[in-house]
Amino acid sequence: MHPAPSVIFFSTFSGLGFGLLFWLGFGFPAVTGWTAFAFFTIAYILAVGGLISSTFHLGHPERALKAFTQWRTSWLSREGWCAVVALVLMALYGAGLVFFDQRWTLLGIIGALFSLATVFTTSMIYAQLKTIPRWNQLPLTPAYFLSLSIAGGALMAGQITWAVVLLVIAGAIQIATWLMGDKALENSGTDMASATQLGNIGTVRAFEPPHTGTNYLLREFVHVVGRKHAQKLRIIALGLMIIAPVVLLLLPFNHFLALIAVVAHVAGVLTSRWLFFAEAEHVVGLYYGKR
Amino acid sequence: MTSLPASTEKKLGLVIDLDTCVGCHACVISCKGWNTENYGAPLSDTDPYGAEPSGTFLNRVHSYEVQPAQGEAQLIHFPKSCLHCEDAPCVTVCPTGASYKRVEDGIVLVNESDCIGCGLCAWACPYGAREMDQLEGVMKKCTLCVDRIYNENLPEEDRQPACVRTCPAGARHFGDLGDPDSDVSQLVAERGGVDLMPEQGTKPVNKYLPPRPKDALPEFDVLAPFLEPVVDAEPKGFLGWLDKALEKI
Repeated sequence: MHPAPSVIFFSTFSGLGFGLLFWLGFGFPAVTGWTAFAFFTIAYILAVGGLISSTFHLGHPERALKAFTQWRTSWLSREGWCAVVALVLMALYGAGLVFFDQRWTLLGIIGALFSLATVFTTSMIYAQLKTIPRWNQLPLTPAYFLSLSIAGGALMAGQITWAVVLLVIAGAIQIATWLMGDKALENSGTDMASATQLGNIGTVRAFEPPHTGTNYLLREFVHVVGRKHAQKLRIIALGLMIIAPVVLLLLPFNHFLALIAVVAHVAGVLTSRWLFFAEAEHVVGLYYGKR
Repeated sequence: MTSLPASTEKKLGLVIDLDTCVGCHACVISCKGWNTENYGAPLSDTDPYGAEPSGTFLNRVHSYEVQPAQGEAQLIHFPKSCLHCEDAPCVTVCPTGASYKRVEDGIVLVNESDCIGCGLCAWACPYGAREMDQLEGVMKKCTLCVDRIYNENLPEEDRQPACVRTCPAGARHFGDLGDPDSDVSQLVAERGGVDLMPEQGTKPVNKYLPPRPKDALPEFDVLAPFLEPVVDAEPKGFLGWLDKALEKI
């Protein structure tokens, strides 16, 4: 799959923002007044900024409101609803904390759950696609998105013990997605023989593509360039996203080290998310003899 | 609404004969022509006369080489367009309701004025049947020439998809695959028509007729084995010397 920057930034930053909102909703840290304002501002910049960047890849962003209509079948539509509900509830909850020094517990918990649901719906947009066996893994793909979101949220919310434990869990899930993902296309049973139904005659080879030039399908679905360095990038991603923050958090607490931990984590998640797209093979590539 | 209908009154679709297709790409051109000049946004080309030509097509013809365990390789031309799946994954993922499957004839269509161009339906299609038009920013796909097949302004013989009407080899057939007595259903039954990527669970309406087994030519000249070979395979002169010299090394 083409690793579009807009979608990589969206899923990384909104995942982090909604992760932070999840912790704030449960009252971790139990902040009020200007401190709460600072926390909520960061969370909203991340979550809303991510959502806005996701509209950059739309052909007609001016019609985006129509995307709220098909929640019965479409995970993308459900994501839109969950995001709006979470952001509205958490804004009310945050207003209570900031301006009235009041913690409306139930509102916060519901808002926190909708924040998590938003990340879940994002993950299901990818996990539902049978055409991309690497993503079509339940519950692994949602676990990957949710664990990184909650762990990153804990890191941002300054919940050090939770952050260390959750980062280690997220790292384990990340490794599992890579190992299982590497076998996913093979295990899906889709290959050139099933795509062309010519396998009972003999070995199928793509002889000539439909056009001499490239096309939308190849640009969008067949991205083989970046896979060359996949193993190195996996190590870099894991090091930045999990190992560096965990080591920095285990050192005696220092705001500067915590900041470096957050920056490393974000850089690691961006790398991981780039790989998530660049390594994903869409079965349509088989018609072109590619993967 | 992006919920799929439980059943459709008809299952209009194509039957593509891989044994007959000669790979001339006439269907590709007639499709591009009709669908650029008629319903919906035109199928744009970017840099058509430049170094990197690219464009939107609703029908593309691949060519495959198939090598049997014994015997000669076969070249098979393989036209591919929307299969108008019964369980169309492209429809249910659509967030706006722009994509839908018609109850009356099963055609999968895009309402372009509702399409936000998110591309998710193209991600969900295993066949590469949907392409985002780079100039219009909306998703394009085969309409089964919905503006031809019911069009009473056209002579009756033209009321079929442009690709079918134009195919000089007669490799493309159009009809109701939901009716077991229709010509296309009979053809599928007779020739053992197949679904592409059945494991994807899309239940395509379009069927492909696999190439029939090639004839094996029997040895018919009973005298041939007794005749002296006309050509002496042993090289003479310089080549003969070279052959022997190389043998010795």
